Amino acid sequence: MTNRTSPTSEPTVPGGVRNPGDPAVRVVDLAKVFAGGVRALDGVTFDIPRGELTSIIGPSGCGKTTTLKIIAGLLDATSGQVEINGTPVTRPGPDRAFVFQDFALMPWATVLRNAAFGLELRGVPRKEREATAREYVAKVGLSRFEDAYPHQLSGGMRQRVGLARALAVDAEILLMDEPFASVDEQIRRKFQEDLLRLLSEEDKTVIFVTHSIEEAVYVSDQIVIMTRGPSQVSKVVRPGVDHSGGSGHIRRSPAYLDWVERIWAELQGYLET
Amino acid sequence: MELRGYRLPMASSLLVWFALWEVIGRLELVSLIPPFTEVLRAFAEVVPTEDFVEAATITLQAFLIGMALSFAVGIGLGIAMGRNRAIGSLMGMWVNIFESSPLTAVVPALMALLGFGLPTMIVTVFVFSVWVIALDTQVGVERVNPSLIEMGRSFGASRRVLFTRIVLLAALPELLAGIRLGLIRGMKGVVIGQLLIAVVGVGYLFELYSRNFLMPEFWALLIVLFTFAFLASEAVAYFERKVSFYASSR
Amino acid sequence: MTGLIQVRGGRTVAKAVDRPWLLRAASIALVLGLWEWGGTIPVSIAFPKFSETLAAFAGMITDGTFAGAYAETAGPLIVGVSLTAVGGVLAGLVMGLSSRTEWLGLPVFIVLQASPSAAIIPLITFIYGIGFTAKVFAVVLLSAPVIVLNSYRGIANTPRSLLEMGDAFLAGRFKRIVKIVIPAGSGLIFAGLRLGLAQGFTGAVLAELLITPTGVGDLITFYRSVADYPRMFASILSIILVASVSVTLLQRLEQRLFRPEMRPA
Repeated sequence: MTNRTSPTSEPTVPGGVRNPGDPAVRVVDLAKVFAGGVRALDGVTFDIPRGELTSIIGPSGCGKTTTLKIIAGLLDATSGQVEINGTPVTRPGPDRAFVFQDFALMPWATVLRNAAFGLELRGVPRKEREATAREYVAKVGLSRFEDAYPHQLSGGMRQRVGLARALAVDAEILLMDEPFASVDEQIRRKFQEDLLRLLSEEDKTVIFVTHSIEEAVYVSDQIVIMTRGPSQVSKVVRPGVDHSGGSGHIRRSPAYLDWVERIWAELQGYLET
Repeated sequence: MELRGYRLPMASSLLVWFALWEVIGRLELVSLIPPFTEVLRAFAEVVPTEDFVEAATITLQAFLIGMALSFAVGIGLGIAMGRNRAIGSLMGMWVNIFESSPLTAVVPALMALLGFGLPTMIVTVFVFSVWVIALDTQVGVERVNPSLIEMGRSFGASRRVLFTRIVLLAALPELLAGIRLGLIRGMKGVVIGQLLIAVVGVGYLFELYSRNFLMPEFWALLIVLFTFAFLASEAVAYFERKVSFYASSR
Repeated sequence: MTGLIQVRGGRTVAKAVDRPWLLRAASIALVLGLWEWGGTIPVSIAFPKFSETLAAFAGMITDGTFAGAYAETAGPLIVGVSLTAVGGVLAGLVMGLSSRTEWLGLPVFIVLQASPSAAIIPLITFIYGIGFTAKVFAVVLLSAPVIVLNSYRGIANTPRSLLEMGDAFLAGRFKRIVKIVIPAGSGLIFAGLRLGLAQGFTGAVLAELLITPTGVGDLITFYRSVADYPRMFASILSIILVASVSVTLLQRLEQRLFRPEMRPA
């Protein structure tokens, strides 16, 4: 998947001199204590390379989603920081777009308006934002459903709307919080492939939280394995599964299966039974 | 229910009850219950009279002003309680107490304080209806899906935009339920208030009809009130059903 | 990182919120203080100070006024609500189980629930006079719709999966009703009874105000007629207190008896 990165075509971000080799996101010694004294994160540090897809995986309660929300600027860290292109994160910004586990679609709005909502909040004029949204709704394969309402769609289709909304704002970094957790298995596989295809056309840095080892190995360039009690990064690995042979081929390839087993072995010790 | 393959609408059974009413009336079983056709005749006679128009006007006036106050205060209070935990716990106790109290008992005090006129009726409507509106609005605001709020924030929405474009709309099902229940209670309030005051509006008419034993007129007036209350609450219920899909998508 | 200076103001508020009794006490003090102040101005000659009302309240407890009045009100209230409870739950059960009775009965109770049915109360005197029976009728009139409708909803909305489970394990019609349908609906039925009791109380007070000058309702009427406003307000206060205390206790009981998911939404 690294082949979709073409450093020369990257847009320059105002105010920052960037080296293509620099990580897009640095997470530095992040700690989070929730009200009531629950320690959700305890010294989490890792880098997210530009233009790649990085998964964060770990047992439930290890702080994956908390980390992602701090990167998004939706939560404040208790200590430590997140840097995006060298600038510390203090709040949500136009350089990041979030895809929610429960889709977070507005039930009162059509697919098109939902997909355009990020642009609407940024004050993009109606015609322009609807044109952009229409384009991305088509890209995620929902052209026929532009005027449908979320409750008329299946879970998988709803998440496609969530993805279209995130892509439409053209943010450099895509944050995905267990995007396929509420989608059934068959749809999920199709969706994973569609996601990879879409991302190969869009030059994005993706951070992808999941609890599925198979999913992480299948989609990722890099995997951050987190553990619980204390919540820390246990390992960062780069499986580098070759995607040239199609999904059936990959899922049977020894390299893929080997990585799944290795990560399973890594996580096994932290599971509750 | 189905009859020879036809689905009978629920409300159609009311016709059976009206027929039964007619029979009981014709048989003169209970002196209080005149035949239903008699009631309809009285209805046609009563409605155009000056007494009725006057009573209806003042009742409607008290009801509408009281409800307007209730909407403004109840929705405002509910939003404040839902958005701010301190206000929520400060006011929650009072709202809950008054929501479930027999506020009928307060009406005599209002009569002592405000007299026998419009102000007492307006305040009665207000006091009957405001609490349930506040409570339901609060529930609606609190139940807004947190990820919708995070979604708005992640796209850089300000607090005001978040509130007007997400929170208010997401709270609509509960808000409408509160408005419907508020309308029902306000209607009960205006009637109970007037019954206790006994010298104005429909309360006066009820008093007049029952004192002179004008039963058809009494029931006709009752049917007018019931129909009005039912139609008002059904009108809101119609919008409620329109947004009922919200609940399933949360 | 801004996380370190996380909204100071929010933290102090959070502390107060963590102790709800503190806020509650403050809120009570505030309201009572306002009442006292309103009585001092005075807002109206008919508006007593809180301290006067409290003194009247204490006086009415010690001289047995309340005891006598509530004894008079409680009789018809208990009889009325008990009658409605038995009849109403049965009616709800039948309507929930048979679509014919549902068609026939449900609209009547829906209309009654939405309507100002209190208007019928003046008619009661013609049949039942101004005695005990008249009050019982008023209690039944106001408490029936909510009890019937809640029971109906509890019965009619038995979770499909539970019914299928019963069928799968070969429950007969009777067992299915007794062991699945009724227990599944019991939370809603109980809630209906609680709301019915509150409505019935309103009915009793209303009857006492309108037609039968007895009980707590008459305390209000009487003290208003002799312009003893502290005692009138004390009577009203006692009604609100009794109602909210009993409703709160029943709500607690309900939460203890029935799992949260069986409570009405």
